[in-house]
Amino acid sequence: MKVAFGHMGTLTPIMEMILEDLGHEAITPNRPTRQTLALGAKHAPEFACIPFKIVLGTYLECLKLGADTLVSGGGYGPCRAGLYGELHRRILKDLGYEFDFIFFWPPLKKPFHFYKQLHKLKGHHSWVYLWRIIKKAYSKLAVLDDLEMMAQRIRPRELKHGSTSKGFEQAMDMMRQAKTGPEIASAGEEARALMQKVPFDDTRQPLKVGIIGEIYVQLEPFANYFLEEQLGHMGVEVRRSIYLTSYTRHDILSTRGDMGSRTLAMPYLAQKVGGHGQNSVGDIIRYAKNGYNGVIQLAPFSCIPEIVAKSLVPRLSKDYSIPVLTIFIDEQTGAAGIQTRLEAFVDLMDQRRSRSLLVGA
Amino acid sequence: MSQTSLCLFCAFIIIFTGVKYLKRQIKVGIPRALSYYTFYPLWRVFLEKLGAGVVVSTATNRKILEEGIKETVNDACIPIKVFHGHVFDLAGRVDFIFIPRMISADGKSTFCPKFLGLPDMVRFAGVALPVLIDVRYNRKGFPGGLLRFFLAVAAKIGMRNPLTQIYAAICAIHKQKQYQRLLLKGLKPLEAIEVIFGQKKSHDFAGKGKNQKTSSEKRTTVALLGYPYAIYDSFISAGVYDKLVRLGVEVITFEQIPLKEMRRFSKIMPQNFFWYYSNQVCWAGLYLLEQKSSIDGIIHITAFGCGPDAMVDKTLELEAKYAGVPFLSLTIDEHTGEGGVQTRLEAFVDMLHARKTINRAG
Ligand code: SF4
Ligand code: SF4
Repeated sequence: MKVAFGHMGTLTPIMEMILEDLGHEAITPNRPTRQTLALGAKHAPEFACIPFKIVLGTYLECLKLGADTLVSGGGYGPCRAGLYGELHRRILKDLGYEFDFIFFWPPLKKPFHFYKQLHKLKGHHSWVYLWRIIKKAYSKLAVLDDLEMMAQRIRPRELKHGSTSKGFEQAMDMMRQAKTGPEIASAGEEARALMQKVPFDDTRQPLKVGIIGEIYVQLEPFANYFLEEQLGHMGVEVRRSIYLTSYTRHDILSTRGDMGSRTLAMPYLAQKVGGHGQNSVGDIIRYAKNGYNGVIQLAPFSCIPEIVAKSLVPRLSKDYSIPVLTIFIDEQTGAAGIQTRLEAFVDLMDQRRSRSLLVGA
Repeated sequence: MSQTSLCLFCAFIIIFTGVKYLKRQIKVGIPRALSYYTFYPLWRVFLEKLGAGVVVSTATNRKILEEGIKETVNDACIPIKVFHGHVFDLAGRVDFIFIPRMISADGKSTFCPKFLGLPDMVRFAGVALPVLIDVRYNRKGFPGGLLRFFLAVAAKIGMRNPLTQIYAAICAIHKQKQYQRLLLKGLKPLEAIEVIFGQKKSHDFAGKGKNQKTSSEKRTTVALLGYPYAIYDSFISAGVYDKLVRLGVEVITFEQIPLKEMRRFSKIMPQNFFWYYSNQVCWAGLYLLEQKSSIDGIIHITAFGCGPDAMVDKTLELEAKYAGVPFLSLTIDEHTGEGGVQTRLEAFVDMLHARKTINRAG
């Protein structure tokens, strides 16, 4: 099978490795570009969320490269993500493509369906083998998450502009080439060492910003205009509310999700509203309690749960006295506009901090 | 002797009425938006039988819309903005506002996530409000969801007599059934509500729906699909329903199709939606498309930025295309002008007429 899948941040090299280990030919999607998005937006409904459009564009590019199977997955309500698969399939079939579609529901919601899909994908390999390669993939993912966190910490403190991003790219390349267990272990060491070699000034006290919001636009740098990097270069330390290893730990295997932020959200949003709506509310509180200087909420335009969360933001921001910037993203959003808004927000946080330092002194 | 007893009697009556007067009747406000169009009789009868007075917000107007827009995030869809306006319209006039958290009405699907978060969105909108009755309406899980809901509402307004509660619940369910039967007959929700609460007789609306079967064979018929709170709020939908009637077409909405018939399609669709209204809209579309020649065209009303509709609209569009039925998607928002809608409807209806003549000639 020639298998393709949607591009999502650091998950891409992991998917590639799993598929190759199962003996498939992986049609690894390139990082999405404006063309990818335009292609997807052309065939997608106008108000579909931007992840839908980017992934549709990616599928189209991969199908042209000869992919004959698409793999995807999604949650089971109440938000749209679970229906992506079916609508993608319909739209692509309507455009005349022939392919097989493997869609994973959360295993605890539809165990039988999950089993059947997994069986299709694993072919003649044994379950033990599958388990082993998944464990291996997970260990690689954990390293990638570590590297991202290191980059987020070093970037605002780097001595030479751009050296962190360069080091990070090299480290990622190194990891991409590591395919077996021992290789991953040694490449992981090397990559970490590489990151540590980036010269940085540990005495600096950068502003700290927490990122919350919908998973795809958080994890896929293209979808958020490389926000982490931009902020880092403005001298801001970034922390996301979602990392893939924490996501797999909490979301995919259990239907309850991240209890911490949900519990925090309860007094404000007493109901699960799909996506990461409730998490977003709780995460604002968590960041505020941990002394962050501000929060940025990232959401696709027309994203339902994040609109609900945004309705509560003014109140949360007041109750916990933390500034929150909400950015809704669609295909018309311009990079320049985002940059101006980020700069203004960073200024605001900076002023607030100096004021509070003055008062404190 | 008889005089003293008369005096006593009078005093008793005065005290009694006085106490009654002091124990002022509780007033509960119901916003005329969203689930109102589907569940109003159920809410109202239950509250009234518990002894509460029910106040409904005024019909949507410019002021309500603007108040709503002011206090909601601009990314919300127009029905949600309007809902906020209705709540503010009630604030200050009532003791409670009835905003049940609509989770599931059929035990399978949920409502749109904006319904799920609605009480919280309203509560934190930054306007002083009376107590909200935000009880969960959820018929998922073990049976008795409806009973749980009723008991919780009664507790919230402090009505604890179990016999009254059960009696009120039975009356409410009875009225709700009657309401659904009237909708099936082709009455619009507001008309059906008038009939149910005795302002009008159902034969006032005779000559609608089924009675006209014979003549409707020749008339152009359009399926007007969309959420009831958009279609029947003529302010939101720029009066699409009435405009179509004035253009001389027969209008079918999903309320006129028996739920049993629609449910058939839940088995046929490869993947049902997660949402209550969206499923009904889509099933209705499939049902009407299946019954060849029952409709000449489909109009889908969708709110700007509506999440679920991005999926529903595309599905309907593709299905209509495969069945060879003309399809028009009308997006509405707070800037929708009457004129623009009228022109698009006229063009669409003209096209349907033309197709009909050609078909008949062919
Ligand atoms: S959470 Fe937002 S982006 Fe994700 S499926 Fe739902 S609406 Fe779309
Ligand atoms: S279904 Fe659409 S129109 Fe209705 S509340 Fe949800 S987003 Fe708004």
